[in-house]
Amino acid sequence: MAKKPNNKRRDFLQLSTITLGAVGTGAFIWPFIKSMSPAEDTLAAGSTEVDISTIEEGQSITIKWRGKPVFIKKRTKDEIDAAKMVQASDLRDPQDDADRVQKEEWLVLVGVCTHLGCVPLGQKVSDMKGEYDGWYCPCHGSHYDTSGRIRKGPAPKNLDVPPYTFLNDNTIKIG
Amino acid sequence: MDKNRKVHQFKNPVLNWIEFRLPIISYFKKEYGDYPMPKNCNYFWSFGALATITLVTMIVSGIFLAMNYTPHTDMAFDSVERIMRDVNYGWLMRYIHSNGAAFFFIIVYIHIVRAMYFGSYKYPRELNWILGVFIFLLMMATSFLGYTLPWGQMSYWGATVITNLFSAIPFIGEGLKTWLLGDYNVGNATLNRFFALHYVLPFVIFGVVGLHVAAVHVHGSNNPDGIDIKTNNDSVNFFPYMLIKDTVAMCAFGVAISAVIFFGPNLMAEVDNYIPADPLVTPAHIVPNWYLAPFYAILRAVPDKLGGVLLMFGAIVILFVLPWLDRSKVRSCNYRPIYKWFMMGFFVNFFALGYVGMLPAEGLYLLIARVGLLYYFGFFFIITPFVGWIEKPRKLPLSISDVYAKNIGPNIGAGGTGMPSPAMQKDTNL
Repeated sequence: MAKKPNNKRRDFLQLSTITLGAVGTGAFIWPFIKSMSPAEDTLAAGSTEVDISTIEEGQSITIKWRGKPVFIKKRTKDEIDAAKMVQASDLRDPQDDADRVQKEEWLVLVGVCTHLGCVPLGQKVSDMKGEYDGWYCPCHGSHYDTSGRIRKGPAPKNLDVPPYTFLNDNTIKIG
Repeated sequence: MDKNRKVHQFKNPVLNWIEFRLPIISYFKKEYGDYPMPKNCNYFWSFGALATITLVTMIVSGIFLAMNYTPHTDMAFDSVERIMRDVNYGWLMRYIHSNGAAFFFIIVYIHIVRAMYFGSYKYPRELNWILGVFIFLLMMATSFLGYTLPWGQMSYWGATVITNLFSAIPFIGEGLKTWLLGDYNVGNATLNRFFALHYVLPFVIFGVVGLHVAAVHVHGSNNPDGIDIKTNNDSVNFFPYMLIKDTVAMCAFGVAISAVIFFGPNLMAEVDNYIPADPLVTPAHIVPNWYLAPFYAILRAVPDKLGGVLLMFGAIVILFVLPWLDRSKVRSCNYRPIYKWFMMGFFVNFFALGYVGMLPAEGLYLLIARVGLLYYFGFFFIITPFVGWIEKPRKLPLSISDVYAKNIGPNIGAGGTGMPSPAMQKDTNL
């Protein structure tokens, strides 16, 4: 009885059938999974140019970039000093103020709390600005400082700085 | 084909014709006619039937709403307002659907409380319990998806917060979130897929409910005394006894839900959801639907993003293993003098968590949420395993009939209407 060789052939056939079946199923499912990722037109959402000449010192504006709010703030001397004084090593997400700005007085941030995606308060004069006088997220109580760094509350990271360039003294291109 | 198969004979020849080709009539007769229910089952045992009816109501009202709803960010809010103002009886469909969701959760929570208090999750009904938790999970997902569709402020920001939970997962979190949303933030792609999934998930729930019911029918329903049916004396047929009883429960439920639909349709709604979604302004206070609030309270009680997310999901996942955490063989808490009080404490605690989950996470509320979180997990990991060990349960009755014989004498018990005895009701006192 040539039982053993037969079994080997069966094992081989079984294994190769399962493998090919798995590869085939995967190849079939992939387009469906991938179709749920952002579409090409969504990815192509480009850049925004902003005129910053009308922003007064201490004032902050909110613009929309890729569907998200972006904060552009002209910081006061006090705010810059407060941001610079902090030791980066003391922070949850250590970063120097200098690494977060291109020009000291201009702070550009993605206005989305890094905890669960709410828009922090602090853009309007009447808003709560939190214990560090920057931004305060009302959803779950995260406090950000005048450099947009997380200081207190559940958020794990600093507010993101979007890619931007100064086209000239009065215009920022975001994206 | 088995030639010796015994075919049920009915008087009606049409039924016989069907039965010979598909034995569905005898199946229904067996499962919903002659099915033996323990005769001591009280009204807590009506909530499974109520939940099924509510599921069907939700599916029907939802289909009719979908006929007038537009899943597009520019039109969704207006289409819902059009349903409310211009579509004939659109307001009724929508109020049935939105309040029906809340009542669905009330019913299912009572159903779960029943299963926990009377130990319905224990051997041999563990798989039944697991299927039930799975239904609960699907329900939460479906209600979350549905809450996004009106595209008001709460819809938008609720969806943003919940999908951001996934970004807490290390390494793949951000990518996973973007994949789920189909965009970098909640947008039109998100609304479209949420609508598609919200439409299909209830049918998945319906399927799992089918398995859930089939599973409970294998070993029969549990009962307030948590003991098995031993003789025919212990049970009554589902038809007509339990069906009539469930019908009474349904009438009471119909009165309750109608009162809300017609006289307080927005009692459980958030005013902010009548403001169209604005991606640039977060409402000062994001409130989840009350029926998800206990889990939201757990999320916020933890001062760490990943930790909060893990504990929130953990609070649901832990339910799956409850049958193995509980070491006691006695099912009903009526016979467990110590565990009974911890169980009551668990329900009160869950309610308190829900209450603080609707309030800002600060000061005393935060403290309550943290204590509640400790009790929630302590109940499962410490109290449940150890109380089963040290507790001396009360003596179980020999049989279900025996309960009646002891408490109110054999004559009343022999009526077998399935009503709980007065003594039992006092003990159940939930």
